[in-house]
Amino acid sequence: MNIHEYQAKQLFELFGVMTTKGSVVTTAEEAKIIASAFLSKEFVVKAQIHAGGRGQGTFKDGFRGGVHVVKTADEASKIAAAMLQNTLVTHQTGPQGRLVGKVLVAESVDISQEYYLAIVLDRASAAPLVIASREGGMDIERVAQESPEKIWKEPVHPLIGLQPYQSRNIAHHLGFRGKQFLAASTLILNLYRLFDQSECMMVEVNPLVLTKSGEVFALDAKLSFDENALFRHESIEAMRDMSEEDPREVAASAFHLNYIALEGDIACLVNGAGLAMATMDIIKHHGGEPANFLDVGGGATEEQVTEAFKILTQDPKVKAILVNIFGGIMHCDIIAQGIINAFKTTKISLPIIVRLEGTKVEEGKKLLQESQLPLQTASDLKNAAQKVVAAASISLSHSCSLIS
Amino acid sequence: MSVLVDKNTRLLVQGITGKAGAFHARSCEEYGTNVVAGVTPGRGGEYFNHKIPIFDTVLEARKITGCNATMIFVPAPSAADAIVEAASAGLELIVCITEGIPVHDMMRVKSIFAESFQNPPILIGPNCPGIITPNQCKIGIMPGYIHKPGPVGVVSRSGTLTYEAVWQLTARGIGQSTCIGIGGDPIHGMTQMDALSLLNKDPKTEAIIMIGEIGGSEEEEAALWAKQYCNKPIVAFIAGATAPEGRRMGHAGAIIQGSQGTATLKQEALRAAGIAVAPSSADIAETLITILEKQ
Repeated sequence: MNIHEYQAKQLFELFGVMTTKGSVVTTAEEAKIIASAFLSKEFVVKAQIHAGGRGQGTFKDGFRGGVHVVKTADEASKIAAAMLQNTLVTHQTGPQGRLVGKVLVAESVDISQEYYLAIVLDRASAAPLVIASREGGMDIERVAQESPEKIWKEPVHPLIGLQPYQSRNIAHHLGFRGKQFLAASTLILNLYRLFDQSECMMVEVNPLVLTKSGEVFALDAKLSFDENALFRHESIEAMRDMSEEDPREVAASAFHLNYIALEGDIACLVNGAGLAMATMDIIKHHGGEPANFLDVGGGATEEQVTEAFKILTQDPKVKAILVNIFGGIMHCDIIAQGIINAFKTTKISLPIIVRLEGTKVEEGKKLLQESQLPLQTASDLKNAAQKVVAAASISLSHSCSLIS
Repeated sequence: MSVLVDKNTRLLVQGITGKAGAFHARSCEEYGTNVVAGVTPGRGGEYFNHKIPIFDTVLEARKITGCNATMIFVPAPSAADAIVEAASAGLELIVCITEGIPVHDMMRVKSIFAESFQNPPILIGPNCPGIITPNQCKIGIMPGYIHKPGPVGVVSRSGTLTYEAVWQLTARGIGQSTCIGIGGDPIHGMTQMDALSLLNKDPKTEAIIMIGEIGGSEEEEAALWAKQYCNKPIVAFIAGATAPEGRRMGHAGAIIQGSQGTATLKQEALRAAGIAVAPSSADIAETLITILEKQ
């Protein structure tokens, strides 16, 4: 789960991670009030959407830039007015863009030096790892590749956490001295507390800055949380912004279906995450393009299968559907009944290829046969993939001929 | 011989009175697994299925029944505690089926295993289908009937994709020595490399199928190890070649981060180690047959 920049700022304040003063607003008037209260000479006004590339983005009405630096409270209010309830398109949002409902108004600082600081849960060592570099504002992967000696990696003991001396070693490597050395050490320790107590997968501060007036600030941050742990972090779960997520993915999650929208035209419905990925891959292997990842889980009910079908058939891009089930805990007759129910409640005109295998496969096949629905069955996975790719290309040429 | 589990395994089921725990305890027993005890705190003294004693603690279950392996179905919030409880009671093999355990919990479990036990028990999972030695012992949620005894060892991060591979083998008359599902979480017990090492040592295993997926670097590490130490033919398959970057593909551990953990990188590492990579999930058994014929 991702959160907005202003929410990350709130968490930073809560854990004592020094950052610039700022507030989130939903109206231009509020923006003016907030900016007037700040002491800095300049303010920054930032559109709050999850996608990156905001600074270079363009709003649908032609207004340019989702990040602006302004000098007066009146200007802050004008920029906020231009952004709010406007749709921002960046290289990460896709052409449809995202509606901006909130903007962040924050103090602007004069930067003297930029740094990179992150805490990740490292899979290989099964422990937290602090990563720090003097090359701030840069792509850390590139720094790691080109000059690995510039990156400091501090492994953290999972049971005792980051120790104060470790935070001092990191601050020293970054080159902080005197008052700033102490400030940076404290910031790193507090950032670790946030990582640990909120059960983050990653906290990335890029950049961490030293200002010309000598303060150490976490200027921009990306936080990601372990979704498995959200049940014990209600306040973080409350930060989830559904409007930032694909509506089909939100609909699917309401029925505990694991769905991810993709760009292709062949939809698939599969049980199990590994098999679902392998099904997408085999569609591509035979020349098609998968429209989604969909794992109905090991113990899906008829209702879940019916809902899954609704989500797939509502996608206008989809030209054909492949159902690939290997029944283990999941019984094939339940899948079959779910498909039959979907046909009763939804108008489905797409070609559907069904491949069933495993527990109660004969019962499942019999149900589908007796239903006399317009389904094609497949003998195995390869056969199923070939059939669905063929069906999608026929239905594609069919719709093209209708247009011409 | 077989790997880790056989007819002599005495199985405990933690969370035996829950819906999934009860269903699968029964199904393992029907398969022939020797299920000797269950644990559900607060239900000690009762019996499961009128004959399997239920205990409040793993320690008590071990003392009274001599169980040496456990299958965990405890719900995610308490599952990490259940794993450590089993380890401290001295069980040798812990198979954790539970899905959705917080990653920070698993991180602490691994740390406790490394520091508190001189000979830490073997942990399989969590978020895995379990382990099976066909016709001898099934600890997990896989459908038993798709398996058949034979010479091929299987290790996998996925559940149903493993069934797919096993079924392809069985349908072609090729049986399996032991099949191990190591699970789809980012931090888990047994790794691909650990499993390869066990299968390599097992005299009944003549060839190995390794099924991986995007995310992490276990397949790359296993490839490096196999190149040096494994003397049995391996066929690998990596799921997720079409997965987008930065999205969790169902399994918490199946995620491409930046340029790391892609299917292409893994396939290259495997090929560089002389491991045959199946072009699609439908070709896993056929690829194995092809390389065995060449030998």
